[in-house]
Amino acid sequence: MSSVADTFQVAPESRTMVLNMGPQHPSTHGVLRVILELDGEIVLKAEPVIGYLHTGIEKNFEKLTYSQCIPLTDRMDYLANLSDNLGYCLAVEKLAGIEVPKRAQYIRVLLTEFTRIASHLVWLGTHAIDLGAMSVFLYCFREREEMLKILEAISGQRMMTSYFRIGGLALEPPPGYLDWISKFLDTFSGHLAEYEDLLTENPIWKLRTQGVGVLKLEDAIAMAVSGPSLRGSGSDYDVRKYFPYSSYEEFDFKVATQTAGDVYARYQCRLEEMRQSARICRQAIQKIPPTGPFRAEVRGLVPPSREEMKTSIEGLIYHFKIWTEGITPPPGEVYQAIESPRGEIGFYVCSDGSNRPYRVKVRAPSFVNLQALPNLVIGKLIADVVASIGTIDIVLGEVDR
Amino acid sequence: MESQQQNSPLAVRKLKERDPQGIAEVIYFRGETTVVLPRNRLIAACELLKSDPELDFAFLSDITPVDRFPIEPRFEVNYHLVSISKRQRLRLKVKVTGKDPTVPTVTNIWPTANWHEREAWDLMGVRFEGHPNLTRILMPDDWEGHPHRKDYPVEGYR
Repeated sequence: MSSVADTFQVAPESRTMVLNMGPQHPSTHGVLRVILELDGEIVLKAEPVIGYLHTGIEKNFEKLTYSQCIPLTDRMDYLANLSDNLGYCLAVEKLAGIEVPKRAQYIRVLLTEFTRIASHLVWLGTHAIDLGAMSVFLYCFREREEMLKILEAISGQRMMTSYFRIGGLALEPPPGYLDWISKFLDTFSGHLAEYEDLLTENPIWKLRTQGVGVLKLEDAIAMAVSGPSLRGSGSDYDVRKYFPYSSYEEFDFKVATQTAGDVYARYQCRLEEMRQSARICRQAIQKIPPTGPFRAEVRGLVPPSREEMKTSIEGLIYHFKIWTEGITPPPGEVYQAIESPRGEIGFYVCSDGSNRPYRVKVRAPSFVNLQALPNLVIGKLIADVVASIGTIDIVLGEVDR
Repeated sequence: MESQQQNSPLAVRKLKERDPQGIAEVIYFRGETTVVLPRNRLIAACELLKSDPELDFAFLSDITPVDRFPIEPRFEVNYHLVSISKRQRLRLKVKVTGKDPTVPTVTNIWPTANWHEREAWDLMGVRFEGHPNLTRILMPDDWEGHPHRKDYPVEGYR
């Protein structure tokens, strides 16, 4: 955090005013503070101040065994926790050299795309409510509630699922989960049309979003903005296409891009992404074999199945060893990036050969995207600051970690 | 394993061609390439990687400091680079001692480094020379110490 006095020294006779927005402010989506210097209604300077939600998650990783770290990853990006689970698990699997069975890979794809939709729904609802469109929020949360019920049925938890584990999944998904998800997807395209009816051609929505918060492509690349916030400015960088992981190369989907770079363009990008995610989910439902292993079978790195643990002495020994000592990947370091709803989330995991990660560093997309906020708001009206904060879709749990 | 094409031999070759003594070590691990550089060659290497159109590492993903306490040189600073047009990733690594944990800033090359370097200073105590505003970012301004260092207890000082 930086002090206001250092960065904002305004002479007493100056015409400008310093305004403190947040950390308690309904449209900052958490505890974000933005210090604004204003000349009338025009923003001259903006500085995001973060750290109010810093919980030392990266430091805590170093104290826990590899599998104990997974619940902490949920708590960073709590709106798309499965993306964080996946990124961390892939990083550890890469480090330890574990090959995940195809069935588990497809279920991972299905559920991460499913949470991408849920996360974008929260974004759409809160973004619309920030700009005064109350009803969209209610619709979005109605659908999200249904999705959380499905996630609860699959993993036992609504939000902090921790469903992906090192080597595969936590448990066999319940019978009928695919039917439930496909039933949801069948109605979802109608719901999306509903949101579009409310917003896309709405003149007030267009006035509040078009030409507002423009981010030029070269600025976006220079600030390493990723995710829909980058794709709204014209780049098609999507980790799922550029560096495929978890069998994404087998799925057919388009990367939604827009060139205007304003709030409206990013809105269109995210709506199209929801449509594409639903498409990926449908393909995954087709691909997932009804039976098969949901976890890799690697001695000493992945826990053996329940049945093996109960019936063979060797299985029992490995089960006991894994849950007491944990796993010990070889010394080395890996960086695994995946595409979270907010952009490229990267997990740097460094091992020293012990049963705890030596160092984990998270490249949080919200953290990096938030840094570009001044590019969006400087020289513009103060009323548009709220739209600009909403459009970069930050989760403060991930910004501060 | 993941089919990420992360090997970047061209970048390594170009770095070697331009400055044969400029690379301390090249590590290949799990399909990732790490180039270890001496501190005084970092900026030249970064400029080459970004400006060469055949490499085009215009996207700096992350800066990650690692504390190897009590081993010296104690700190490692990792730069994770992405070349969007060439679909490649590369990691640069600079090692600095605990006595003099300073690295030149790369904010002039990649403006996104600003917050990453502030975070690295805040949590790990690595100084970035030439940084425009090297202040704490996550911890309070009056905090003492750098919590991510290995000699800083997880529970904090009580």
